[in-house]
Amino acid sequence: MGKIESALLNIGYLETLSYQQTPLHRLDPRAKLLTTLVFIVAVVSCGKYDITGLIPFIIYPVVLIAVGNLPPGYLARKILLAAPFAFFIGIFNPLLDRAVLVQLGPVGISGGWVSFASIMLRFVLTVSAALILIAGTGLNAVCLALEKMGAPRSFVMQILFLYRYIFVLTDEALRLVRARALRSFQGRGMGFKVFSYMIGQLLLRTLDRAHRIHLAMLSRGFEGKIHLVRPLHLRSRDVAFFLGWSTLFVLMRWYNIPHLLGNAAAGLIR
Amino acid sequence: MHMADALISPAVGGTLWAATAGLTAYSAKKLKKDLDEHKVPMMGVLGAFIFAAQMINFTIPATGSSGHLGGGMILAILLGPYAAFLVMASVLTIQALFFADGGLLALGCNILNLGFFPCFIAYPLIYQKIVGARPTQGRILLGAMAAAILGLQMGALGVVLETWSSGITELSLSTFVLLMLPIHLAIGIVEGLITAAVVSFVWKAHPAILTQASHPPAARVHSHKPLLLGLALFAVVAGGMLSWFASTHPDGLEWSIKGVTGKEELAGPKEGVHGVMAWIQERLAFLPDYDFKKPEEEKAGQKEESWPEVSPGKSLAGILGAAMTLLLAGIIGFGLRRYYSHGKG
Repeated sequence: MGKIESALLNIGYLETLSYQQTPLHRLDPRAKLLTTLVFIVAVVSCGKYDITGLIPFIIYPVVLIAVGNLPPGYLARKILLAAPFAFFIGIFNPLLDRAVLVQLGPVGISGGWVSFASIMLRFVLTVSAALILIAGTGLNAVCLALEKMGAPRSFVMQILFLYRYIFVLTDEALRLVRARALRSFQGRGMGFKVFSYMIGQLLLRTLDRAHRIHLAMLSRGFEGKIHLVRPLHLRSRDVAFFLGWSTLFVLMRWYNIPHLLGNAAAGLIR
Repeated sequence: MHMADALISPAVGGTLWAATAGLTAYSAKKLKKDLDEHKVPMMGVLGAFIFAAQMINFTIPATGSSGHLGGGMILAILLGPYAAFLVMASVLTIQALFFADGGLLALGCNILNLGFFPCFIAYPLIYQKIVGARPTQGRILLGAMAAAILGLQMGALGVVLETWSSGITELSLSTFVLLMLPIHLAIGIVEGLITAAVVSFVWKAHPAILTQASHPPAARVHSHKPLLLGLALFAVVAGGMLSWFASTHPDGLEWSIKGVTGKEELAGPKEGVHGVMAWIQERLAFLPDYDFKKPEEEKAGQKEESWPEVSPGKSLAGILGAAMTLLLAGIIGFGLRRYYSHGKG
C-alpha cells in the first residue's frame, strides 16, 4: 500500500513541478506540445538498428531538464517504473535475431541486441519527453493548448474533470483499502467477493458524488460547458522555441552527428 | 497492454492518431446532440473512478498474484458507447502523460485497442445482445464475461498487429499472437468477473442507474452507423499500414507475397500515393540506410557478409562519436543548470 500512496504522491509532485517559474514554464503550452510531438516522431522514425543516430536526441530532455529546473532522478525513476512492457517485447529481439551486426575486436554483437538497445533508447527518449511536457507545463495548460488547437471541447473538459477528481476518489479508495487491510487476518477477506462489494460501493458513492457535483455546478450557472479563461499569447520566443528545436531534430535526423564526430576524431588520432 | 512509443513506427502511430481523433470528434459531436448535461460531471468522475478502482486489488486464489479492474467495459455499460469512449480516451491520455503508461504517439493505438474495441464492438454487439432490455443475474454474468473477454482479445490482437506492422520487433506474427492472446484470455476472464460482479451489485442496489445508462433510444437507432464507420476506418488504416510496411521492411510481408504470387514484389504504381510514400520513405530512411547504401558493385562483392555490413573500424568510430555526443549533451545540460541557478541566486 505504501507503493500505491507513493504513486499518488508522484502525480501530485508532477503537478507541483509545473508551478515553477522558469523560462521553460513561461513558454506557451502550444509551442511545448507541438515540439514534444515533433520530437517523438523524429525519434520514432529512426531505423531499427539505429543507436548512434538516436543519441544526439538526448540533448532535448537534457536541456529542458536543466532549464526547467526539473529533478532528473525523479524522472528517471518514473521512466523505470514504466519500462516493463517495452522491455518484454524488446527482449525477444536478441533471442531471435542472432546475426552479428557490430564487431568490436573479438566480441561480436548481434543485430538483436543492437535493435533491443535501440528500442530501450527510444523508450527513454519518448517517455522523458512526455513527462517533461507535463512537469514543465501542467495539465491545465496542456488542456488549454489542446482546446485552442481544435480538440473537441467535451474531450478536453472530460480530461480536466477526470484530473480534478482523481485525487479525491483515489483518497477514498485508499481509505477503503486500508480499512479492509486492518480487518483482515491471515489474508482473509482479501478475495474476490469482498473486493467486488468494495468496488460496487465505491461506484455508488462515485455516482452520488457526480450527482452532487452536478447540482453544485448548476447552482453556479453551469450550462453545459466549462469556460477556460486564460488568454494565450504566442510570442516570438515561443515560435523560436518550436522552430529552433524542430530544425535541430530534422538536422539530427539527416546527419548522424556521432558518426561525423567519431570519424573526425579517428582522423585526428591517425 | 499499453503500447509504448518505442515499439511503433511513425506511420502506424500517425494513422491511428488520425483515426482515433476522428472517432473522438464523432463521439463528442454525438454526445453533444443527445446529451443530458447531467452526464458531463458524471463522465469525469467515473473516469477518476477507474483510476481509484485500480488501486483496490484482490488476491487471485492459488496463484499469489492479484487482479484489478481494467475499465472499458464497465464504462460502456454505465454510460453507453460514445461517452464511454471519450472517458476511456481521457483515461489513457492521463495515463500516458502522468504515468508514462503508453506513449503519446502510441496514444492512437491505445485508444483504439482499449477504447474502440470494448465500447463500439464488444458492448453493442455482445453485451447488449446477450443482456437485452431485461437484465437478469445470469445474463449480466454471461454478457459481461463474453464482452470483456472478446473485447480484450480484440485489443490484444490490435497490439500485435500494430507492433508487428511497425517492424521493430523480431517476433513473428504467429509467435506474437500465441504470446499475447492466452495472457489476455486470463486477464479477460478476471476483467469479466469483476465487471459482472460490479454490474450486478449496482443492478441490485440501484437498478435505475443501469436502465438510465442504456436508455437513450435516439442513440439506439443509429447504433450501427458508427460501427460501420469505425470498421471502414480500421480497414483503411490497416491497408495503409500494410502497404507502408511492404515497402519499408523487405523481410516479412514481401516474403509472404512471394509465397502467394511467386514474385518478389507486387508491381506498384510509381505515381500517386505510392510514389509520394516511397519518396517520403526514401527521405526518412536516408540515415538508417546510411551505412548500407553502397554502390551496387561493392554490395555484390561482399555478398557473403551478413547484412548489414560488419566493419570494426566503423563500429569503433560510431561508439567514439556516441560517447562524445553524450559528453557534449551532458556538458550543455550542466552548464545551463549552473547558468540558470546563478541567475536565480
